[in-house]
Amino acid sequence: MAADLLVTIFLGLGLLAAGLGVVGILRFPDVYTRLHAETKMTTCGAIFICIAVIITEAGVYLTTGDVQYAVLGLHTVLALAALIFTNAIGAHAIGRAAYRSGVRPDPAVVDRLKGVDMDD
Amino acid sequence: MTDIWVVTLGLLLLFVILAMVRLWLGPTAPDRVVALDAVNTITVCGIIVFGVAFNETVYVDVAIVYALLSFVGTLWLAKYIGGDL
Repeated sequence: MAADLLVTIFLGLGLLAAGLGVVGILRFPDVYTRLHAETKMTTCGAIFICIAVIITEAGVYLTTGDVQYAVLGLHTVLALAALIFTNAIGAHAIGRAAYRSGVRPDPAVVDRLKGVDMDD
Repeated sequence: MTDIWVVTLGLLLLFVILAMVRLWLGPTAPDRVVALDAVNTITVCGIIVFGVAFNETVYVDVAIVYALLSFVGTLWLAKYIGGDL
């Protein structure tokens, strides 16, 4: 019962984070704020949903002793690790490419990347 | 316990559709790449939840490969937009 409650709480947190990320994509004014909302919130949602999956599979494995559920949980850990590392690197690449392609922050007053050599 | 995972799947599908609105509207190309990245991340979560709901380990393996391939795709699109290709 406690495991079920924990899984429900983590799934709710993950769905809340992913939903807030999507709302941020739809509502924010320019590329950089959308990137900010999208990367952080969908990664956070993925972390919580995968934690819920891992707790569920660990509980089922401890009660039934079937190795299939343990394998599913371990592969979820692998998928979560791949997602965390690649999301951060991808967000950095998108932001850099957006600045180099000429898109400027919309409501910004200060542009601290203006004098920086972006070619290397 | 299965109905919780099915509800989660439905909500993740709704989020994917909402992110595709930005993919359709997006004024500039980086907006569309950001929306595509959101769609990919939420799809990976959806595949994992699908595998748990139906007890299939293969789906989680597919999710790992999908995450890595979407990362390569995002990097390629960023290189293209930034003018390196």
